[in-house]
Formats: sequence, structure tokens, C-alpha cells
Amino acid sequence: MTHKLSGDNLTLIRGERCLFQELSFALESGSLLILEGRNGCGKTSLIRAIAGMLSLEEGAVYWDDVPVEKVRQTFHGSLVWLAHRTGLKGDLTLVENLGFERSLRAHSTQDPEEVYERLGISRLKKLVLRSLSAGQQRRVALARMLLSNVPLWFMDEPFTNLDREGRVLVMELVEEHCSRGGMCVMAAHQDVEINVPTTRVKIQ
Amino acid sequence: MWKWFHQLASPPHFYRISLILAPWLGISGLILVAYGTWQGLFVVPMDYQQGDAFRIIYVHVPSAYLSMMAYMIMATSGAIGLIWRIKLSHAVAAAAAPIGAGFTFLALCTGSIWGRPMWGTWWEWGDPRMMSELILLFLYFGYMALRSSIDDTTKADKASAVLALVGIVNVVIVHFSVEWWSSLHQGQTVFKKGTMDADMRIPLFIMLIGFTLLFGSMLLRRIRTEVLYRERRTRWVREMILSPGGGA
Amino acid sequence: MSNEGQRDIPGMFAGLAATTKRDLLLAWKRPGDVLNPLFFFAMVCTLFPLAVGPSAEQLEFSGPGVLWVAALLATLLSLNALFISDFEDGSLDQFLVSPQPLPMLVLGKTLAHWLTSGLPLVFVSPILAITYRMPLSVVGVMMLTLALGTVSLSLLGSIGAALTVGLHRGTALLSLLILPLAMPIMILGANAVSLAATNDIYSTGIWALGAYAIASLSLAPYATAAALRISNE
Repeated sequence: MTHKLSGDNLTLIRGERCLFQELSFALESGSLLILEGRNGCGKTSLIRAIAGMLSLEEGAVYWDDVPVEKVRQTFHGSLVWLAHRTGLKGDLTLVENLGFERSLRAHSTQDPEEVYERLGISRLKKLVLRSLSAGQQRRVALARMLLSNVPLWFMDEPFTNLDREGRVLVMELVEEHCSRGGMCVMAAHQDVEINVPTTRVKIQ
Repeated sequence: MWKWFHQLASPPHFYRISLILAPWLGISGLILVAYGTWQGLFVVPMDYQQGDAFRIIYVHVPSAYLSMMAYMIMATSGAIGLIWRIKLSHAVAAAAAPIGAGFTFLALCTGSIWGRPMWGTWWEWGDPRMMSELILLFLYFGYMALRSSIDDTTKADKASAVLALVGIVNVVIVHFSVEWWSSLHQGQTVFKKGTMDADMRIPLFIMLIGFTLLFGSMLLRRIRTEVLYRERRTRWVREMILSPGGGA
Repeated sequence: MSNEGQRDIPGMFAGLAATTKRDLLLAWKRPGDVLNPLFFFAMVCTLFPLAVGPSAEQLEFSGPGVLWVAALLATLLSLNALFISDFEDGSLDQFLVSPQPLPMLVLGKTLAHWLTSGLPLVFVSPILAITYRMPLSVVGVMMLTLALGTVSLSLLGSIGAALTVGLHRGTALLSLLILPLAMPIMILGANAVSLAATNDIYSTGIWALGAYAIASLSLAPYATAAALRISNE
């Protein structure tokens, strides 16, 4: 099933600054949208606005050509969000955290153990997240992403705090996801090259 | 008709209207208040029960009335700003808050002064109206405190709009619960709403209108300042300031 | 996507239950967070006799009021942390992009909060009440008013917590915002217990508290959800 995410005439003002205006984009299944720009230019605000966390001054985001406000539940049921602040609880273990996630949105029938193996976190299952390194916590967040069965991935600066191996892993995961018909919106400040049809939006 | 409304919602347009309107409201308000005060202090005969002390109602009642009206304005314009996203609406709410708080404080002070000869103390915890007014003051303080702790103006507008709306429901509930409490504890109420002679009522009416006009004038002035601050980076403000004789 | 058929989003009560469960689990791992407000409650109850003297009639007379004020303050203390950790670790972001209705998730958190603050207060209050020479029949009424009242307090308090999360010096502001909302609850609760102590009819107060709880239950989550969206921007 193919999907389309598009934005039309997006304008955002935060505080007194106009971060971006009249920005438009379109994203189809199987492709990647990269929001580029220096630090502090507004790409995090843009990606949060597209996901529905920030309200836009003007313009609208469309999911399958329907304004997102009208199909909020479907839209949010079709996406998963990954950022530096993972939303995982430090006091809970990996299993407890991901168990909670399963009750929030759809989950795949894929065997979790395989995913843990792939991401190299199998032996960390019983530890509380607080005792894991930042990179390991990020991998747990990636596990959450893989275990959810949604077409649209949002990633805000996914490469920070990861070593080279981790970065390669993320790129692989995005590649696989898109080749299976998924789509990804990514905010990144490094030059990112992934073997997937890519649209780039640069924010001044 | 909507065109007029939309024009009003445009800051530069409102600014110009306010420049014209505020002095008129202010002057007519002052005249009425002066007349009402003269009437209330010197002309109206002494009250049978309370002596001369009752004359303070000519300030107390309008203050109390305005303290509540200001809150309604604050909450309503906050709601309008939140729902229809009209920026000027939020400026109105922000402008109304300190004025409302001031009138609440004035109502409490005049109420206390009125109560002193009646209750024998400066404050009677048992009086439901004064208690409700006191809680209204806390609501105003909370609103203003919330506004000042949020740096981003838009965020402050929205958050305080939510707070004001929740507060409106609360004002009603507090009023009833304090009345119930007061009925349990047999507090002495001074502010009987009994019938008043026509002589006494007319100056009160005049004072009410006069105070309201003054309030309107103050509000328009404060909104103007708010608008100037919020739109300080826009072209129309710059042009207006730079033009000869630029804006009052 | 390979498994299209699995795209069933769990029902909204699943979201509520999961959120409650997670917060209860978190509270279990940090029992101090639950116990501290209870000790605070006990300490406030101790302050009054120390300040105004331990005369029996005074204690008995002021018991309902003191206990209610102490319960209110203890609840305020625990409300402060309701959304802070979620705000800081990104859980709030996740709530905002979850298909679950935000008011339901909020309700889940508030329910967990009540279970870890209001309900324990209800069970600890008899101990303090007895020290204030409250007869056992009245203690029952006290527990009932606390049970109903703390439900409303948790719900209304969540609105304040949502408005002040992430703000500098949010705690003091939270108290300022919530106290006017909490006053009617306290008035109703404390006075109902006082009426019970003098063998008067106190059912009005109980019904009012119940109505308050139901009204809060239906309205507060929406206000809190709106406030959370605003605070998270």
C-alpha cells in the first residue's frame, strides 16, 4: 500500500524569528526526505511541525492528500518518532519499555529476539536503560522503530552519539525500510548518503 | 459586518482607532465619575442603618463589578485567540489582566474599609463575597505569573488562555462553595443586596458607567502598548514611529 | 510493508491502561517518591499542635481542617513531578505523536498519580485523625471525603502541572495556579467532616465532592492535554 506525505506552504514563526516560510515538499513510498541545514536553523522545528508536535503559522501537512488534522489518528498510527530524547524510561528495562510501546501503536509480528540480535542488544534485555550507554540506548530506540509496523519513520538527527558501526547500521535500516515500501523523514546536519530515492530540503 | 470585525483585528487599524477612542472614553468616564462621586459623597442622604460609611459603595461596587468583567474579557479574548488564532485577541487578554487585578485589589480595600465600622475588624473571613473576591485576586496573580514565566509570547498567550478558561469555571464554583461554607458558619455579611432608594441608586449607576468608561480607556491604552511591543519588528510600527509626530 | 494486517492500533483504553501501568511501575522503582508526600502530610499534621498548643478541644475542633490542609499540601508536592520526567526524556513527544488520544494517556497518568498519592493518603489519614481525637465514625467520613477529593485534586492538579512543566521555578507557580482550583474541594471536604463531627447532615458535601470528581474526570483531561501540547512546543 503506497502512501504520500506532503506539505504545502509551511511557515513557522518561533518567538520572534521566522524559521521558514512557504516551504513545500512531497514524499512518496519508498523514498527518503532529508531536511538539511546548520545547527539551530530550524530543521528540528520543521520535522516536529510535520509530525504534528508544533503548530504551524501557515500551511498544512497532508497524509495521502488529506489534511493531517482530519486524520490525526491514522496519521499518527502510521508513524514512529526517533530523536535524541528517546522517550524511553531510564528506570525501566528494555523489555518493560518496549512492552509499553506495543500498547501505544501497532506492532509487527516479527520476532523481537531477531531484532535485538540484529541491533546487538540481546544481552542488555534485563538491564535498566539508565545503565546503558547513549549509543546502546539509541539502539533500543531503533529496536522500537523496527518492531513497530508503520510506513513512516521520523528521525531527528539519528547519527549523533553513534559510532561508525552504528551510523552504518542506521543507514542500512533506512535503506531496507524504504526498499520495502516505507518512507522516512530525516533531519540531519551531516552529509548523508543513502542508497534510496532522496529529496533534500535545505533550510537557510 | 465581518469585514469590520476583521479590520478591527488588524493591529495597525486597531491602533489608529484606539488613539481616537481612548481619550473620549477617558474624559467622559472622568466626568461621570466626578459627578457620581460628588453626588455620592455630598448629595445623597445618609443611610438609615449604616450612617455615612455606606458611601464607599460608590467605589466598591463598580470596582467589584469591573474586577469580574475584566476577568470575563480576559478569558473570552483568550478563548477567541486560542480558537480563531487572532493575535490581537491575546493582546487584549494580556492588557486586561493587570487592570482587572487592580480593580480586584481596590474592591478588597474598599470592602475592608466598609467593613471596619460594621465588623469591627479590617477583615472578616466569614464573608463569602470578600472571600470570592480574594480568590479572584489569586487567580489574577496566577495568570500574570504564568505569563511572565514563559518567555515565548505566543506560548505564553496560549497557556494563559487555557488557564483563564479553567479559572472561569472555577470562579463560579468558588462563589457557590464559599457561600455554602459561609452559611454553615453564620458569618456576618455586610453587603446586603436589599432595596435601595432611587436617590442612592442613580449615583451608583452613574459611577458604574463612569468606571466602565474609564476601564475601557485604560484597557485601550494598555492594548496599544501591547500591540506596539508585539509588533515592534513590523514595518507599520517602524513607519509610524519615524513619521513626523508619530503615534501618541 | 510486509505485515499490513497487523496495522491495528490498540484501543484507547489500552493506551490508558498501559500508561497507568508504566507510571505505577516507575513509582514502584522509586518508592521514595510515594513516601515523601506521606511523611510531609504527617509532618504538617504535627506542626499545628506544636504551633497552637495541644489542647484537646482545639485539636478536636480543628482536626478536619488541619488534616485537609495537610492533604492538600501533600498532594501539591507530589503533583509537581507529574509531567517533568516525561517532558525531559522525550516521552511527552511520543505521547503527542501517538495515535492514542492524548486525554486518555493523560488520564492514565493521573490515575497512576492518584493511586500513588491520593489513595495512600486516604489510608494514612486515620492514623493522624485519631491523634486529633477524631471519633471513628467521623474518621470514616474523613476517609471518604479524602478519597473523593483527592481524585479531583489529581485531575485539576494535572492541568496546573501541564501548564508549568519545564518552566523555571515551576513548583511555586504550580501551587499558585492550583490552590484556587483546590479551595472549593477543600472547603467541601473539610466542612463535611466537621458537620459529621457535630452529628449534622453532611451528605451535601459528599454529593458535591462526588459531582466535582465526576466533572473533573470528564473535563480536566482535555484541558491538561491542551496545556501539554502548548507547553511542549
